[in-house]
Amino acid sequence: MTTTDTSRTTTKAGTTTGSTAVHLKGLRRAFGATRALDDLDLEIKPGELVALLGPSGCGKTTALRVLAGMETIDSGEVLVDGVDISGVPTRKRDMGMVFQNYSLFPNLSALDNVGFGLRVRGRAAAERRSRAGELLEMVGLADQADKYPHQMSGGQQQRVALARALAIEPRVLLLDEPLSALDAKVRLQLREQIRLLQTQLGTTTLFVTHDQEEALSMADRVGVMRSGRLEQIAAPAELYARPATAFVAEFVGTMNRLPGTTVPGGVRVLEADVTADITGRTSGTEVDVLVRPEDMTLAPTAHGHGIVTTRMFLGGVTRVTVRLESDVSVLVDQPSAAAAELAVGAAVEVAITGRVLVADRS
Amino acid sequence: MVAVTTPVELAVTPVRRRRRTSWGRWIILLLAAAYFLVPLYAAAEFAVSGPDGIGALTGIAGKSGFVEAFTLSLTLALVTTVITLALMVPTAIWVHLRLPRVQRLFEGITILGIVIPPVVLIVGVLQVAPATLKGTPYLLALEYAILAMPFAYRSLDAGLRAIPLTTLVEASRSLGAGWVVTIGRVLLPNLRSALLSATVLTVALVLGEYTMASLDQFETFPVWVVVYQQDDAHVSVAVSLLSLVATWVLLMLISMIDTRRLRRGKTS
Amino acid sequence: MPDIATPGKRAGFRVGPLAGLLPFAIYTTIFLFVPAAAIVVGAFTDPESGSFTFNNLGTAFSGIYAQGFVTSIQLSVISAVVPGVLGLVIAYAVQMSGSSGLRRIVSTAAGVFANFGGVPLAFLFIAALGSSGLVVDWLKLIGFDPYEHGFSLYTFTGIAVVYLYFQIPLMVLVITPALEGLRPAWREAADNLGASAWQYWRMVGGPVLLPSFLGSLLLLFGGAFSAYATTQALTSGSLAITPIQIGGFLNGNVLSGQENVGKALGLGMILVIAAVMVVYAILQRRASKWLQ
Repeated sequence: MTTTDTSRTTTKAGTTTGSTAVHLKGLRRAFGATRALDDLDLEIKPGELVALLGPSGCGKTTALRVLAGMETIDSGEVLVDGVDISGVPTRKRDMGMVFQNYSLFPNLSALDNVGFGLRVRGRAAAERRSRAGELLEMVGLADQADKYPHQMSGGQQQRVALARALAIEPRVLLLDEPLSALDAKVRLQLREQIRLLQTQLGTTTLFVTHDQEEALSMADRVGVMRSGRLEQIAAPAELYARPATAFVAEFVGTMNRLPGTTVPGGVRVLEADVTADITGRTSGTEVDVLVRPEDMTLAPTAHGHGIVTTRMFLGGVTRVTVRLESDVSVLVDQPSAAAAELAVGAAVEVAITGRVLVADRS
Repeated sequence: MVAVTTPVELAVTPVRRRRRTSWGRWIILLLAAAYFLVPLYAAAEFAVSGPDGIGALTGIAGKSGFVEAFTLSLTLALVTTVITLALMVPTAIWVHLRLPRVQRLFEGITILGIVIPPVVLIVGVLQVAPATLKGTPYLLALEYAILAMPFAYRSLDAGLRAIPLTTLVEASRSLGAGWVVTIGRVLLPNLRSALLSATVLTVALVLGEYTMASLDQFETFPVWVVVYQQDDAHVSVAVSLLSLVATWVLLMLISMIDTRRLRRGKTS
Repeated sequence: MPDIATPGKRAGFRVGPLAGLLPFAIYTTIFLFVPAAAIVVGAFTDPESGSFTFNNLGTAFSGIYAQGFVTSIQLSVISAVVPGVLGLVIAYAVQMSGSSGLRRIVSTAAGVFANFGGVPLAFLFIAALGSSGLVVDWLKLIGFDPYEHGFSLYTFTGIAVVYLYFQIPLMVLVITPALEGLRPAWREAADNLGASAWQYWRMVGGPVLLPSFLGSLLLLFGGAFSAYATTQALTSGSLAITPIQIGGFLNGNVLSGQENVGKALGLGMILVIAAVMVVYAILQRRASKWLQ
């Protein structure tokens, strides 16, 4: 069953111009007492790769499967190019999906796997073979065309799965934690490959993962989800530098949490006044101050705040743990050259040099 | 409530998503259940419709020959279980530990117990067995062990696969334990449910085995049931029913023990 | 592998491990292979002179005994194919229901009925389908007496119906792991790529399941072919299938000179089942490659 889609044109090399816009509007879905999706609202611009990031159980996979048509919703709309497709069965949605666990058909070769979607759409055998071959070439597996899934490594299988999803020229590409089951090195390689293919083809893509590094490195925008809602969606750099909530701040990257008190214009923390956004809070409240290790410095001193307890060498930067008088520990990033001279047990003074985020005292 | 609109390009049919038509499935299951339960019901009805009435079920113990036959079967079951476990447990552990490549072949060998039909096996046995052995029912127990082998091995195999065998053995041995202690105190406790199900399967097999016992002319329990049919069919039917129910209950208990252990013992 | 996990390693790396199989090997030799050998040898031995002969085999594959084989095979094929399909349907329905409670009940029930043996089931069916059985009575109420129309529990058809009762559960037991091996991701991927249910089963599900299905049919065939107890309990030896005929030889009603024909029949049975098992093993290997 093919649909004539005038919103896209396909060139010979398989690139598409003019991609699909997706809007998940007000999605609600409950499984018994748990709310898997709680008024989720997410827009994906044409040609964009959006990553959904969050802890397990936050609803990110449910959202993806709703878009794919594999989960029902209690209320809300699934708009693709402005049209609500909630009632459309999965197989008519024209979306390609890559699953977490190897979903290649075991009785078909790589070539036949990739050509499956085309076969189902009634394309001629010769056309299927050539297009499947093209895609296997794109993922670098042209020489594996006749191999069967059980003869391939995990990374290879996922690449074939990717080729298979792309073979049908989907309007949207859906990736459900596709790299989680692979080992580290393969994961890194595939990250690049997926991103490259996606930008080449301009396919609108939704990528679900619990690995923040993955999300930040691959996506145009990252949406952080918690308990069925979107806490924040922004470009990676923005998400990192300007987290909207404490949850996002602590989920993405590392955050220190220090006790402080609000003062006019900011907070008082570590015996110093720091500018901060305290809208909605009255002066004099006890709060928690969130600050990144790279937004702090330390200096050795005779009577300092705290004592160095550990040093973690991370390459260019060393992450130093300092235990303060109040028994709170903070992580401070120092250039490794300077940190080399710090001994465990040394007395240091720490200061905040960058942005802070104010959160409720926990 | 799903908001459904009819887009221009795509034909939309309100679709029941995810679980395909479930009522067709339930009809099949209901029919299957009926097919299997009707004979049970018929048997129950027949069993109590004889001259003894419910006495057919309750008075079994008093029927002539029952106690001897049942005792014989129980004894054989016990002996067979001991032989089977004594033979298969160490062998299974050994194969898993030291001969992993042979595993598949070994499975095939144990299936040989099935390849030679019991009716054929007893012919061969009666041909070669020494007269002294032929005179005792224990010859049956020795052969029943062969019949039980595939089932016992299956259970043990599953149980051994579920535990980190090599790691446990290495840990135990590196702490200084000998083989007896390793098997007895480390491995067997972890194989409890596999051992239990192997035992139950063996016992069920022996208690239900008719072919070899009847041809060897020993009146074990199933043989008694068939013979007694001439006297009072109601009792035979009643007994058959009871034994089926009993085994069902037993196997259910085992699977419940199994799942409870898994739930309690899971650490990750 | 470190030494502590490998006893007997000193004995030489090739022989050592196999030595652990000795008790098992000895036991099966004495109690399985020796009797089997006795059958094979006996099949070729003239009972009077003790010399080598083909006569036993000749008798075994002609006349009533040949007919016995044919009947046995017919019965086994029917008792394999019909329960095979029905068992598959039931197992699939159980799996698709998703209820783990139902799955447990069904698998335990299947285990009981499949493992227990022919005698109790024979009696259940006497009560249900015997000439005064319950189901027969029900049918008579609506005016249909199966016994008037040639049906009898104690004939071929009746036995086949009874065999169904323990073959279907066996099929359910054997095919369920294969069904569970069908990953839901395959169905979802096919769905996602635009395939209808029929297309999925035709292109993926069916082919993947086929080796296991055929293997299960073989298993059922083997089981039905070997079965003795049910038929004996029901017909007291009046239905002429090979196992019953073999049993007849042990009861002593044997023509002189034909004492070893029973062993020849036994050899025939062993050969049939061995062939079945070999094909089964091949199919299993194919299945396991795909259903990892």
